[in-house]
Amino acid sequence: MTALVDARHVTKHFRIGRGQTVHAVDDVSLAIAEREIVGLVGESGSGKSTFGKTLVGLHEKTSGEVYFEGERLPQRYRPADFQRYSRRMQMIFQDPYSSLNPRMTVGEIIGEGVRLQGGSNSAAIRSEVDDWLERVGLERVHAARYPHELSGGQRQRVGIARALILKPKFVVCDEPISALDVSVQAQIVRLLGEIKSSMGLTMLFIAHDLSMVRYLSDRMAVMYLGSMVEIGPSEAVYSQPLHPYTQMLVASNPEPDPESERQRATVPIAGEIPSPINVGQGCRFAGRCPHVMDMCRSVTPELRGAAGVEPDRRVACHLYEPATSD
Amino acid sequence: MTASAANPVAPVLDVKDLHVEFDTYGGIVKAVRGVSFDVHAGKTLAIVGESGCGKSVTVQSIMGLIPMPPGRITRGTAMLDGVDIVQQKIVNGRDIRGNRVGMIFQDPMSALNPTMRVGDQIAETLQVHRGYSKRQAFDRAVEVLTLANIPEADKRARQYPFAFSGGMLQRAMIAIAIACEPAVLIADEPTTALDVTIQAQILDLLKDLQRRNGMAIVLITHDLGVVARMADDVSVMYAGEIVETGSVDDVFYRAAHPYTLGLKAAMPSSTTPKDQGLRPIEGTPPDLFAPPDGCGYFARCPHAMRVCGPSHPPNVEVDPRHNALCWLHHPDAPRTVSELHRRVQA
Ligand SMILES: Nc1ncnc2c1ncn2[C@@H]1O[C@H](COP(=O)(O)OP(=O)(O)OP(=O)(O)O)[C@@H](O)[C@H]1O
Ligand SMILES: Nc1ncnc2c1ncn2[C@@H]1O[C@H](COP(=O)(O)OP(=O)(O)OP(=O)(O)O)[C@@H](O)[C@H]1O
Ligand code: SF4
Ligand SMILES: [Mg+2]
Ligand SMILES: [Mg+2]
Repeated sequence: MTALVDARHVTKHFRIGRGQTVHAVDDVSLAIAEREIVGLVGESGSGKSTFGKTLVGLHEKTSGEVYFEGERLPQRYRPADFQRYSRRMQMIFQDPYSSLNPRMTVGEIIGEGVRLQGGSNSAAIRSEVDDWLERVGLERVHAARYPHELSGGQRQRVGIARALILKPKFVVCDEPISALDVSVQAQIVRLLGEIKSSMGLTMLFIAHDLSMVRYLSDRMAVMYLGSMVEIGPSEAVYSQPLHPYTQMLVASNPEPDPESERQRATVPIAGEIPSPINVGQGCRFAGRCPHVMDMCRSVTPELRGAAGVEPDRRVACHLYEPATSD
Repeated sequence: MTASAANPVAPVLDVKDLHVEFDTYGGIVKAVRGVSFDVHAGKTLAIVGESGCGKSVTVQSIMGLIPMPPGRITRGTAMLDGVDIVQQKIVNGRDIRGNRVGMIFQDPMSALNPTMRVGDQIAETLQVHRGYSKRQAFDRAVEVLTLANIPEADKRARQYPFAFSGGMLQRAMIAIAIACEPAVLIADEPTTALDVTIQAQILDLLKDLQRRNGMAIVLITHDLGVVARMADDVSVMYAGEIVETGSVDDVFYRAAHPYTLGLKAAMPSSTTPKDQGLRPIEGTPPDLFAPPDGCGYFARCPHAMRVCGPSHPPNVEVDPRHNALCWLHHPDAPRTVSELHRRVQA
């Protein structure tokens, strides 16, 4: 397996004044194979967007390296680097409102990247834009509109079309379907699946809806407070989660069934709510974990294989003995 | 049991026959075409529907947030405590609404001021609407941020919005909306950026506020799991109209409109096997520049009959307080509802 994108020990800290540091991403490694889709789920504020932005050069790395097609990417991008890499790596942003230029029409926004690359006349660009509008389930008439004239889900699809029209090799999709109804979600998930097979797209797909991630992704990675706590084949992680946080995620997923929701006990707010500011030693989930042991509070668990589970799975939790071969 | 059967008093919010349109370069967009719903104290109404069907525009027009021009509310009323707030020409959503109606916006970034610390923004609302002192208001701001599950709220209150993650922004919005303990909370996709464990806690928080203060909630969401968990009643929207309304059980277990059935079929549940694939509804919603005379769902409907294209479907009460805007439920229609369910399951 050759990795298309290989992130090694990526760390991103933000200084927020008064000597305080937000540990947004702490020592996260992830190798994504060509044509692989990795779903990244996790706690809100756990660093998913920051990790994604760091991969495509939108954040300077505090430490660690990112390799793309074997080439080591700069620690900090200069404007020329964006030009150089944007053809191959794209990002679909989480917040479609602030990421779309309010003074450009939808058609101009989607076509801009193609125009900047040069080599296409305006008629060709226009027909390509129309084509992509249709693929993401919008209409030609939307090309003449401005972002504020669209609904939330329509804007989100403009962000998807703008990134995919450039035919990148790798895309970070940050919550690309969260504002869409389930039918359009299904349509986009199917479209991404098709593009993966026809264009050979590789993707990091950030989401919090496990049931959709499971459909699309080959592997699923779970983050909690800046660290990766579990990774493995999607179906396995979803049906037999190892990490107590992943177990909690799967168990809290609301079911589209009023009867079973009425039976569900309300979740007690367990333990203190964690914060990524000035984190200390030990497992970051210890404060909320139902299985917490003494050592969890002092020793930081490593992400590694576990005895008795499939070799392609990794978990960062002291409940599991390390795999003997690891 | 439905809200009005148990509660003889008038609804807190009663919206009738709302029509909203926008002038655009390409023509007039008829975004909302005759929407009616009501919600009682202590109850939750969920509004679900296709992306772009007019959910946000509906609640924005109730809040006085439609920019006019290019927008226009051409018809309809929204009675809040017996006063029609649509007819009040207030554009910024303040005044009567500020104290009585709280709103959680779909785009937190567009609703928060990027140049102002998050805590100060919440405090400002409290100073304006509650007459709190600066100090009191900031302390209460930290308190509501904590309630909304923001860790280390005292530190976070002093940060600017850009330093918040997507989910933290959403919780900051929730804190602003609940700070004044409104009688009606309008929540437009309030939990889309939250992981399900935090989402569950936020939903519990809203339910708790509702139990304590009798707050009514209008909840817009795409997540049918959230609807199942929160709603007493559900309205399903499609192409600017409400096509089905009923209790949550009516809509989940006895859905009567073909669009509702299509939506439910598209929803993966934890028990759906992965290899079964996803089933989106084929086709796209109609052009809102020239909405069809007949049924808005006609072009995509697997049960469409000849009458559905040219003639607007009637609003039929299929069970008490369970309505569907569909020709299939007309007494002269050839098919019965149970037949419809059988066909969908097959
Ligand atoms: N520019 C910034 N300055 C300071 N702190 C930041 C900045 N950007 C992000 N952070 C912090 O880094 C942490 C991780 O944020 P990030 O946006 O990556 O989370 P996320 O996993 O994408 O969350 P969500 O699911 O809520 O979008 C958060 O605590 C956030 O407050
Ligand atoms: N200012 C505007 N000018 C023109 N058209 C608009 C404007 N605002 C909204 N629209 C259109 O009105 C329709 C309804 O939009 P609305 O935002 O209410 O949808 P929604 O149901 O909230 O969708 P979503 O689930 O995607 O948020 C959409 O087709 C949208 O394009
Ligand atoms: S009125 Fe006709 S086209 Fe519309 S939903 Fe009912 S059966 Fe389908
Ligand atoms: Mg994010
Ligand atoms: Mg909306």
